[in-house]
Amino acid sequence: MADMVTLKIDQQIVTVPAGTLIVNAARKAGINIPVFCYHPKMEPVGMCRMCLVEVGYPQRDRVTGELVKNEDGTTKISFAPKLETGCTTPVVEGMEVRTTTEKSNEGRKAILEFILTSHPLDCPICDKGGECALQDLTMLHGPGKSRFIYDDKKLFAKHVPLGEMILLDRERCIQCGLCVRFQHEVVDDPVLHFYQRGRSLEIRTYSEPGFDSIFSGNTTDICPVGALTTVDFHFAARPWEMERDPSICAHCAVGCNLIYNIRREAKSGGKTVIKRAMPRQNEFVNELWLCDKGRLGYHYVAAAERLTQPLLRKDEKLVPVSWEEAYQRVEDKLRAEQVRLVTLAGGRLTNEDLFNFHQLNQSQNGKAVLYSQMAGGDLTAQIGLGKGSNFSDMGKGTAILVVASDLHEEAPLWWLRVKQAAQRGAILIVANARPTRLDKFANHVLRYEYGQEAATINALLDGKGKDEFTQAAKAFSEAENGLVIYGSDGLGLNGSEQLVKACAKLLVERGYYGKPNNGLLAVWDKPNIQGAWDMGFHPDRNLKGTLREADVAMIAAADPAGDNPILAQALEETDFVIVFEMFMTETAKMADVVFPVQAQIEREGTYTSGERRVQRFDIVLPHIEGPKSDYQIAAQLGRLMGLSTEDRSPVLVMNKINEKVKGYQEITYSRLAERAEQWPLISRADSYYAGTGYENEYGVGIQISSSADRGEELSLGTLILVEPQEEVATGIKVVPVTALYDRGQLIQPSQILAKRLTPQVLLMHPVLSKKYQLQDGDQIKVKVAGNEIVSGVKLDADVPQDVALVARSNGFPISSPVFVQIQRLVPEPEA
Amino acid sequence: MLKGLFTTLKIALEKPVTTQYPEQRRPVHTRFKGRHTLKRYENGLEKCIGCALCAAACPADAIFVEASENTDEERYSPGERYASTYEINMLRCIFCGFCEDSCPTEAIVLGDQYEMSFGDRHSSIYTKELLLEPVSGDAETTPQKTKPGEFTRSVPVMQDPQD
Repeated sequence: MADMVTLKIDQQIVTVPAGTLIVNAARKAGINIPVFCYHPKMEPVGMCRMCLVEVGYPQRDRVTGELVKNEDGTTKISFAPKLETGCTTPVVEGMEVRTTTEKSNEGRKAILEFILTSHPLDCPICDKGGECALQDLTMLHGPGKSRFIYDDKKLFAKHVPLGEMILLDRERCIQCGLCVRFQHEVVDDPVLHFYQRGRSLEIRTYSEPGFDSIFSGNTTDICPVGALTTVDFHFAARPWEMERDPSICAHCAVGCNLIYNIRREAKSGGKTVIKRAMPRQNEFVNELWLCDKGRLGYHYVAAAERLTQPLLRKDEKLVPVSWEEAYQRVEDKLRAEQVRLVTLAGGRLTNEDLFNFHQLNQSQNGKAVLYSQMAGGDLTAQIGLGKGSNFSDMGKGTAILVVASDLHEEAPLWWLRVKQAAQRGAILIVANARPTRLDKFANHVLRYEYGQEAATINALLDGKGKDEFTQAAKAFSEAENGLVIYGSDGLGLNGSEQLVKACAKLLVERGYYGKPNNGLLAVWDKPNIQGAWDMGFHPDRNLKGTLREADVAMIAAADPAGDNPILAQALEETDFVIVFEMFMTETAKMADVVFPVQAQIEREGTYTSGERRVQRFDIVLPHIEGPKSDYQIAAQLGRLMGLSTEDRSPVLVMNKINEKVKGYQEITYSRLAERAEQWPLISRADSYYAGTGYENEYGVGIQISSSADRGEELSLGTLILVEPQEEVATGIKVVPVTALYDRGQLIQPSQILAKRLTPQVLLMHPVLSKKYQLQDGDQIKVKVAGNEIVSGVKLDADVPQDVALVARSNGFPISSPVFVQIQRLVPEPEA
Repeated sequence: MLKGLFTTLKIALEKPVTTQYPEQRRPVHTRFKGRHTLKRYENGLEKCIGCALCAAACPADAIFVEASENTDEERYSPGERYASTYEINMLRCIFCGFCEDSCPTEAIVLGDQYEMSFGDRHSSIYTKELLLEPVSGDAETTPQKTKPGEFTRSVPVMQDPQD
C-alpha cells in the first residue's frame, strides 16, 4: 500500500495515496473540479487553467521546522496568494483546498471568458452540442457576458477533413491538446501536431493518408468541444435524441464494451437505425477506448442483402419456403439411418448457439468442428490467463511474451494495454518473424524464420542459443508473473498447434499459471472462439476430408467455400448442406437448406473473450422480419429430434450451460449484469472529466476460472515438439497474416473504411521481388492449389527475404502457409 | 324581476356580437399563435438549419427533424447544415410557441392561421414542403447553386436581437 495522505477539500477530510493530484482526490470525495485539458489516463499539462483552486499548505516554523499552530491549537494553513491548477498539483499531508470560494470562482469565470473569446457560437449545428464540456462548464461557471469584442473572433473555414474519418473545426478548438497528447502518449501514433502558436494555433496532421491511426475515433470522445467529430456521425442526430443500448464488439477476441446510439429515422423509412458506436467503460477490457474498426464496423446490419426467408433447394434452385418445410426437410435428413453429421461452427456464434448446436450434433453422434486456424483452446481453458487478471495491474515484476502476433492488427486494444504494461515496467519480449509495432516497447526482440515459432519458444525454455535468446529466457524466468500471448502470424492450424504446445510447456515449467496475471492468452481471430472450444468445438486439421465424407454438414457463421476453393470442392461432395447465415455467401449458394439468422446486434447472447471473460450483450435493434437466432433454430431442430433443447430465451440456455460446461458454473445472466467499481469515475453528466464515453451501467462480465485456478488436475497432453517437416515444393512460400481492415463480410459494408482496407497484394522483400523481376505495383497471376488469382505486389524491406505475406480474409484463399507459382502480368499496351 | 327583464330587453335590442364565420373573420391578436411557418431569407435560402432545438424544446414531442449537409452545389440554408426532414404533428402540437423561442435563426414562426382539419391522423403531420413559406419576389427556391465561400455561417449575427 502506498503512503496515504490526508487533506481537506472544501471542509471534507479526504485520504488518498501520496502523489494523487488534487482533481482526482476531490473527485474521490465527490467534489468536481472542472477541467478541460486534464484526462485521468494522461499526464497532466495544466494548459487550460480551468481547474484553478485555492491551495493552502501547513505552515512550518523556519527555524525549528515544526508546524505552526493557531491559537486554538489547529495547524496554521498559509494560502498561496494566487490560484493553483488542481490538475498538476499533487496532494500534500495537511493541505487544504478550497474550490468554491469567490476567488476560485472568479478565476474560472475569467478563464472561460478567455476561452470563449474565439469560440464560435454555433452550438446549434455542432455535433458535440448537448454533450459538450465547454457548454456544460460555461453553464455552471461561465460569465453571462463577454467583455471581448465580438468582431475580433478568429474565423477559419469550417470543417477540414483530417483523413476520411475525422473532421476538424479549427474555430471550435480550445487548444487543450488532448488529441495531440492522446496520439503521442496513449496510442503512439504521433500523427497530430500543433501548428503555429497563441491564437493562431491549429491542429494539423502530417501523415499520409491523413490522421493515419486506428484509434482516431477516440480523439472525438475526449475532445471537450466539437473541434474533432467523426464523419460517420456528422449531422446524424443530436445526442439527446438517441437511445443507448449496450453491446459487445464482435470484431475480435478482445470483446470491447460499447454503446450503440439508436434512433428511428424518416430517412431510413421509419426504421430504427444505429447512429454511432461509443465506448462503454470497462477497466478490465477496453478501459475507455475503442479502435476504429469497432467504432465504424456496424454498418453491415443495415446492408440490403440480408437473407430473410429459409431457402430450400428444389430442382437445383434455392427457393424460399416456410420454416416448417425447411425444418421438415432437415429432420428427414437427420433421421435417416447412419447419417454422418458434421457441424462446422464459426467464432461469431454465441455460447448459447454453440451449446445448442453441440447438443443437436451430439444426439446424432456428429463431429463438432470449429472453423478456425488457431489451436490451443483446450490449453487456454486449463492454464489460460488466471481469474482476476487485468492488463492494468501488470507492470514491474511481470514478463509478457508475445509470440507470432502482430497485436496492433490482430487485437488493437490488447496492443494498447500490453504497451502500457511495458511502459509501467513489465518485461516485454516480442518474438516474431517480422518487425511489428510492439517491438518499439519491447525489452527483448527475437526474430525467427516463419515455421520456427515452436522451436523459438523451446529455445527460450532451454535458454540456449544466441545471446538475445539467453537474455530473454533469463528475463522471462526471473519475473514474478509470466504471461504468453500467442497469435497466428504466418501460421496455419498445424503450426499453431506446435506453437501453443511449446508455449504451454514454457508456462508450466516456469510455474506461470493458475494465478492472476499469469498464463496463456490466445489472440483469436473471432470474438467467441474460446466459447466454441468450451462448448466442445475443435478445429479439424483435415477439414477437407471431413466435409467430403459427411452425409450432412451443418455450417453456421462460416463461409468455407468463399474462403477456400478446395473446401468448396469438398462441399460439393457432401450430400446435404445446411447453412445458417445472414448473407448469401458462397457456401450458402451451395447449400441444400439455408436458414436466415439474426445479426449479433439484433439479438441477445454471451461471448467469451480471449481473456475468458464472459460478457453479455442485449438486443440493440429490433430484428428485421424473418431471421431467427441460431440458438432458436438449433433448438427447434433439436426438439424435432426429440431433445429438450431450449428455444425460448438465451437466458434459459445459459442456465443449462452453467450446469453442464466446466468453468461456467457461476455464469448467469443476472451475474453478468453486475457492475464493478471503476476508476476513473466517468458519467454522462460531466463529459469534461473523461470524455463522452459511457459509464458501465450494464455489467462488466465475469472472467471464468481456468482448470489451474480451480486446482484441478491438468491434462495438457504431450507437450512434445514435432520437428516441422520441410515441405518440398517449388515456388514462393506465402504465409497468412492478419490485417485489421480486411475484406471480411462484416467490414465491407462500412463505406467509411473503404479507403483504409488492406490492399490486395503479396507483400514481399525487394530481394525476393528481384528474383522474379517484379516491381512495386505490378500485377501478378498467382497459381494456388489449382486456382489462378490476380494479385498486386507491394515491396516492403521489413518482411523476411524468403517469403511473401498475404492478409487473411482479403480475397486470397489462404489458411496456412502454401507454396505458389507466380507469373507477372504484362499490362496491355494502351490502344 | 323587472330588473332582470330590463337587462334582457336591453341586450335584445343591442347589435348582435355574433360574426358570420366563415364569411366574416375577426382579426387575430398580434401575439396569436397559429400554424407554424418555416421562414426564408430574402435570397430564398431557408432560415432553418436543422439544429432540432425546437424538437428538444417541444413539450408535446410534436416536432421531428433530421439534418443533412449543405454543399455549394445544392444549398438549402446558409452554413453547413440544413433540415432534410422537418415534420410537425399538428394533432400533438399545443401551440405553446416554445419552438419559436428556442429557434436560433428565427426560422420557425407561429402565424395566424388557425383553420386546420384532418381527415386522418397521417395528414395531421405537416412536412417541410407544407411548412416552408414560398420564396418572395424573384428569388430562387432551394436548393440553390451558390458560389463557394459565400454562405459559411449557419447562425447569423443578429443586428438588433429582439426577445
